[in-house]
Amino acid sequence: MNFKSIITCVSRSIFITLLVFSGLVRADYPESSVNYVVPFSPGGESDVTARHQQPFFKKIFDEDLVISYKPGAGGAVGWSQLNSMKGDGYSIMGINLPHIVIKPLQKNVGFETQDLVGVYMFHYTPDAIVVKEDSPFKTLDDLVAFAQQQPGKLIFSGSGKGSANHLAQVRFDEMAGVKSTYVSFKGTGKAVAALLGKQVSAQWGFTSVGAKHEGKVRMLAVATEARHPRFPDVPTFKELGYDLISGAYRGIAVPNSAPEHVRQQVSRMIADINSDTEFRQRMENDGMLLLDIDYDEMSAFVAQKSKEYIAAAKQAGVIK
Amino acid sequence: MLEYLFQALTPLNVMLALAGVVAGTVIGSLPGLTATMAVAVLVPITFTMPVTSALIMLGAIYTGAIYGGAYAAILLNTPGTPSAIATTFDGYPMAKRGDGDLAVTLACLASVVGGLVGGLFLLLLAPPLAEIALAFGPSEYFWMALFGLTLIAALSEANLIKGLIGGCFGLLLACVGSAAVSGDIRFTFGSTTMIGGIETVSALIGLYCIPVLIDLVSEPGRHLNVTGEQRGYRFREAIAISWRGKFNLIRSSIIGTFVGILPGAGGSIAGLVSYSEARRAARDKSLFGKGAPEGVQATESANNATVGGGFVPTLVLGIPGTPPDAVILGALMVHGLRVGPDMFNSGGSIVYTFIFGLLIATLLMLPAGLLIGRYAYRFIIAIPKALLVPSVAFMTIIGAYSIRNSISDVFIMLILGVLSWVLNRFGFSPSPIVLGLILGRIAEEGFVQSWTIGAATGDLFGMFFERPISMTIIAAITLGLFYPLMAKQIRLKRVQQELVE
Repeated sequence: MNFKSIITCVSRSIFITLLVFSGLVRADYPESSVNYVVPFSPGGESDVTARHQQPFFKKIFDEDLVISYKPGAGGAVGWSQLNSMKGDGYSIMGINLPHIVIKPLQKNVGFETQDLVGVYMFHYTPDAIVVKEDSPFKTLDDLVAFAQQQPGKLIFSGSGKGSANHLAQVRFDEMAGVKSTYVSFKGTGKAVAALLGKQVSAQWGFTSVGAKHEGKVRMLAVATEARHPRFPDVPTFKELGYDLISGAYRGIAVPNSAPEHVRQQVSRMIADINSDTEFRQRMENDGMLLLDIDYDEMSAFVAQKSKEYIAAAKQAGVIK
Repeated sequence: MLEYLFQALTPLNVMLALAGVVAGTVIGSLPGLTATMAVAVLVPITFTMPVTSALIMLGAIYTGAIYGGAYAAILLNTPGTPSAIATTFDGYPMAKRGDGDLAVTLACLASVVGGLVGGLFLLLLAPPLAEIALAFGPSEYFWMALFGLTLIAALSEANLIKGLIGGCFGLLLACVGSAAVSGDIRFTFGSTTMIGGIETVSALIGLYCIPVLIDLVSEPGRHLNVTGEQRGYRFREAIAISWRGKFNLIRSSIIGTFVGILPGAGGSIAGLVSYSEARRAARDKSLFGKGAPEGVQATESANNATVGGGFVPTLVLGIPGTPPDAVILGALMVHGLRVGPDMFNSGGSIVYTFIFGLLIATLLMLPAGLLIGRYAYRFIIAIPKALLVPSVAFMTIIGAYSIRNSISDVFIMLILGVLSWVLNRFGFSPSPIVLGLILGRIAEEGFVQSWTIGAATGDLFGMFFERPISMTIIAAITLGLFYPLMAKQIRLKRVQQELVE
């Protein structure tokens, strides 16, 4: 071994050591299990998506993604405690739009939207109007025509108030110039049960409802930019003349004490899971659409979505 | 059908069923660790298994956890899971007088019967039964919750006014936090710790267990009476009692199955309804609440029957019947399995293998449950008070914390606990409060939804009073409330007639 190579070797290792100690590169992140807090009850859709990520996290990083729950007040209980957790990148929490925008505007819920450091939005479940298979509404036009003739008599079930479903209903009513009635249920499961049991005439649900209850329900339109790959036959609202792109967006946040490089690390970690083709396949099969909004794009994205949500929520009387 | 039984009987599946039942029983026996938690915690280890084995294991954990809840209810007066609330009514008095071993064995037998009945309904009638879940709309849930609230009258015969006051207090507690339907935030007095509302399980632990702990410290003497020497399982005695109470067991199991089918009702209501039915049917009602074995049999068979019942909408409709079902459904989605009526036709292999697996797990609960129950009983009676109190106190704190990983739930639990102890001194029992807390939310949800729909269609009266199932429930409420009065009248008339003659 000649002198030169020894020098390069030593200098390289010094360089790498420096990098590691300065925290610029932590190639070994995550080096232990990561705690993933879902601020909703086990079994909800936020939990299911986290469960989808779990095995791929294990596969890619060979560490465990440990899921725990902090449900209460539509996520607010968890989010109000996020910043008291350790900002070392080993505690992360799911965040949901529109919840994190609407909740703090309704009342003091212990956090503000800008307190939450979102690092990645990894998917959204598009809103959709769902009817029963044997419903007289064959197209969106049928449904709109009924709503025009009988104001208020078109009854939708949906998950939650001030939620993605509810705001979509408000925005759609405005776009179509109709008046419908929205009945809030606790969770998508109960809203589907109300639809299948004919307690309501239609549901403001998600594409995931169309996927899960295929054969029993029909989607009239989905609130996506282009047709959903899983449902090539279902038109988008956009093609039918309503500029509605909405849904429940899910992402990952870290405590605000997390330094910049940790935020980037977590963002990359979620991106790595998102880039797994099998993961993408599974999520799309369930009716979800993957998104890749990383840490750098996050604040612009939330700001833009907030504008839409706040306008609709004011319209709905959910916030003042 | 039989080939599915054999598929379920592979050594791996039987082993997983046994492991699941044992794990579930142990977790469920700790106050605050609910069946939902037991299943959620153990979901990741099923990811590497084949789908049917994973399902069998999750079902076994679930059924075990529901049974395990009986231990804490009987031996510590603390419902380990909400399903076991009504088990405390007679289970704890039995344990107090020295029949804890008998109560645990009876609970095991009842749980097995309930689990088998629920499982058989699931096996034979799942698709048609799922229609019942759909027939229940908002107004039906509202009336059902009201029906549940009328049980306060049955539970507080000694002092109806105090029972009603307790029930109203529970209803008030149910209003705290964000509202069931509208999401409005109420009665938090500006504090952000209260926005999540009063968590049911931590409230249960506080209301039932803390008074027991305070009494243990303040009163001399043993926690549970032990008469004479150890009597083993008292299995024969338990079999004899179970045989005598076979109608009670079957009735309670059927109630449990049907309540389990209704999404959002759950084991706590199943236990309460079957308890009050058992009491209504009993010849000697005076024993209820003072250690009647029928009370334990009714609730324990009913809550285990909800397991099979709850799987009906879960597997047929993809709508979870109970909270643990929601977790299992989520796990199935991760396994890439689609549930639906097709599962019972073309894709029958998975679902029928699972149902047989669930039945096998229920049968395995007999030996496993008896054994664990015996150790739990011995442990509780053998351990000195100075050790028992701190360890139970520790468990209450862990339990209250672990539901939502929230320290404020622990404080709420402690405050309610002390309050409950004080109220006990004045003759208020915790059960009406708990009924108000649990049923208040269901009633509110159903009422607001029915009102919204009724107002939109312009038929409020019809929405509430003209739907066939609602009318049936209203009839049951009226009968339940006025039957004691009518019975009195009838008896009076008879006496008068006899006098005339």
